[in-house]
Amino acid sequence: MSTSTAPTKAPAEQIAAPTAPPRKVRGRGERSRAASLASHGVLTLASLVALFPVAWLVYLSLGPDKNDYLHPGRIWSKMTFDNYAFVLQDTNFFDWLKSSLIVSLGTTVIGVMVAATTGYAVSRMRFPGYRKLMWVLLVTQMFPIAVLIVPMYQILSKLQLIDNYFGLILVYCSTAVPYCAWLLKGYFDTIPFEIDEAGRVDGLTPFGTFFRLILPLARPGLAVAGFYSFITAFGEVAFASTFMLSDTKYTFAVGLQSFVSEHDAQRNLMAATAVLVAIPVSAFFYLVQKNLVTGLTAGGTKG
Amino acid sequence: MTVAIDRATGKRRGDRTPRPGLGRRLKDGYQKHWYAYAMIAPVAVVIGVLVLYPLGYGLYLTLTDANSLNSARTIGVNEIEATYKFVGLDNYADILWGPTAYDRFWSHFIWTIVWTAVCVGLHFFIGLGLALLLNQKLRGRTFYRLILVLPWAVPTFVTVFGWRFMLADQGIINSALDWLHLPTPAWLEDTFWQRFSAIMVNTWCGVPFMMVSLLGGLQSIDNSLYEASEMDGANAWQRFRYVTLPGLRSVSSTVVLLGIIWTFNQFAVIFLLFGNTAPDAQILVTWAYQLGFGQQPRDFAQSAAYGILLLAILIVFTSFYRRWLNRNEQQLAN
Repeated sequence: MSTSTAPTKAPAEQIAAPTAPPRKVRGRGERSRAASLASHGVLTLASLVALFPVAWLVYLSLGPDKNDYLHPGRIWSKMTFDNYAFVLQDTNFFDWLKSSLIVSLGTTVIGVMVAATTGYAVSRMRFPGYRKLMWVLLVTQMFPIAVLIVPMYQILSKLQLIDNYFGLILVYCSTAVPYCAWLLKGYFDTIPFEIDEAGRVDGLTPFGTFFRLILPLARPGLAVAGFYSFITAFGEVAFASTFMLSDTKYTFAVGLQSFVSEHDAQRNLMAATAVLVAIPVSAFFYLVQKNLVTGLTAGGTKG
Repeated sequence: MTVAIDRATGKRRGDRTPRPGLGRRLKDGYQKHWYAYAMIAPVAVVIGVLVLYPLGYGLYLTLTDANSLNSARTIGVNEIEATYKFVGLDNYADILWGPTAYDRFWSHFIWTIVWTAVCVGLHFFIGLGLALLLNQKLRGRTFYRLILVLPWAVPTFVTVFGWRFMLADQGIINSALDWLHLPTPAWLEDTFWQRFSAIMVNTWCGVPFMMVSLLGGLQSIDNSLYEASEMDGANAWQRFRYVTLPGLRSVSSTVVLLGIIWTFNQFAVIFLLFGNTAPDAQILVTWAYQLGFGQQPRDFAQSAAYGILLLAILIVFTSFYRRWLNRNEQQLAN
C-alpha cells in the first residue's frame, strides 16, 4: 500500500529529462557503449529463443508430409499451403472455431459483468466480511483443476450438461469471476476517490456513481479483465477435453490433440491448425498488451 | 491511500451476507452496508453455486469409494443408480501412507515441489534480468519487448505442440545437437529428460509474464529515488539493492505468489507434452487428473482426494507466505 502504482511512468520520465543534462550524469538507463552492446546481445539472444519455437511451427506447417518435422531440410524445396487448404476445407476447423468462440466469449461476458460491481464494492467500501471476501477471491485463484473437475463432472452429468457449451461456460466462470473481481478491484483502486466523492456530492447513489462515472473510466480495466477471461477460457485444456465429447464441439485446445491418435499423427495438419489459431489470438494480444501491463500491475500490487 | 468512500463504515460488524437471526446488529449493518452487499451479491452467488457447492460435493466424494463403475450413469436408456458407499478417511490414509504411497503420492509430491521451485526461480530471475535490460534507454526496446512477449501471446496449447515437434527424437533440437557432436537425449522418453524438457518449456512459457509485470514495477519506481541515491554516491549495485529491489517488493511478492500457484497447478504444459506416457514426469495435478479421467475405471474418489490435498497444501503455503510478507513489511516500517 505504501508505494503508489499510479501510472507514474510517463511523467517521471518527462520530469527526469530536463533535470538530467546540466549535471552531465547519465540518467537512469544510459550506459556505456560496451554495456549497451551487451544489453543488445542478451536481448537479441532472448528474442531468438522467444521467437524460434513459434517460427519453427510456422515453417513446419508448410511441409506437405506428416513426417516432415523430422526432415526439416526437405521442406524448403516443396513449400506449400496445402495443409492450410486442407484444414480449412476438410476438417472440423470451423466447428472448433465456433465452440472456442462461444465458450470464451460467454465466459468473458458473464465473468466481467458479474465481477464489475464486486470489484467496485471491495475497492471503495469497507463492510463486514470484506476481508473474508478478499480471502475467498484469493483462494479461488489457487484452485487446482483437480479440486473441481471431479465434482463438476458429476454435477454436470447429473444436469445433462456434459458436452454442452453452457456447462463449460459455467465451469470456466468458477475461475473467471473471482479473478476478474480481483483484477478489477486493483483497477478501480487506481481511479481517484475524489471522482466518487464528487458524484456523491452531486447526489448520485453509489450505484449511480459506479455506472455513470466509474464504469466509463474503467473501460481499459474492463477490457483487461475481459481479455484475461477470454484467453484463459480459450486456452484451457483439462475441463475442455473432459467435458466436450463430440468432435464438432471441441474447442481448439482439444481439437488440436485429435490430429494425433494412437495410429496416425497428422502433424503437418496440426501445425497448420496451430498457426491458424495462433495468428488471430496473438494479433489480438498485441493490440491490448499495453493495457494488459497496466491492468496487471494495478491489480497485482494490491492484495 | 486507503480512503474509503464509506468512511463511516470502517468498523466490522456481523457477517458478509445478512442472515436472519443476528438481530439488531444485523439491521444496523444492513442499513449501512446494503449497497455493498447488493454489489457483491452476484459474485457471492456465483462463488457459492459454482465453487463452494462443487467443493463441498467433492469433499463428500473423497469420503466415498466412487469410481466410474459405481457412480450414477446412463447407459443407453437405462439410468443406473449410484452404488458407491461411505468409507470415511480411507482415501486419504491410502494416499498418504498406504502401501504404494511413495510411488503414487510422495514421489510426485517431491517432483511437484522441485518443479515449482525451479520453474518459478527461473521465471523470476530471467524475467527480472530481461525487465532490467528493457528498462534502460535502449534503441529498439519496444521491438524487443514485443518479441519477448510472444510466448505469452501465443496460446500455450499451440506452443507446446511446437515444442513437441522440436523435442521429438529426430526433431530440430536433436539434429542440431547431433550436428555439433553432442549427445542427443531422448527428451520425451527418458524420465530425467522428460522433467528437464517440462521445466524448459514451462520456463519459456512463463518468463514473459514475469518480465512484463516486473517491467511495470520498475517503471513505477520514482526516478528521483535513483537520482537521490546517485547523489549520495551509491554505485549501480547499491542502487539495485536499495532502490530497485525494495521498489519492486509489492509487485514481486504478488507475481511470485501467483507464479507459484500457477506453476503448482500447471496442467497444460505437462499434459500436452507427454499425454499419458510419462508417469514419472507428472506433477500432482496431472496425476490427479489421470486417476480421475485418464484410466479405466475412473477413480473419482481418489482423484478428488488428491484435489483436496493439493488445495490444502496451497492454502497452508499461502497463509505462511502472507504472514511472512506482513512480518517483513512491519520490520521495514520499524
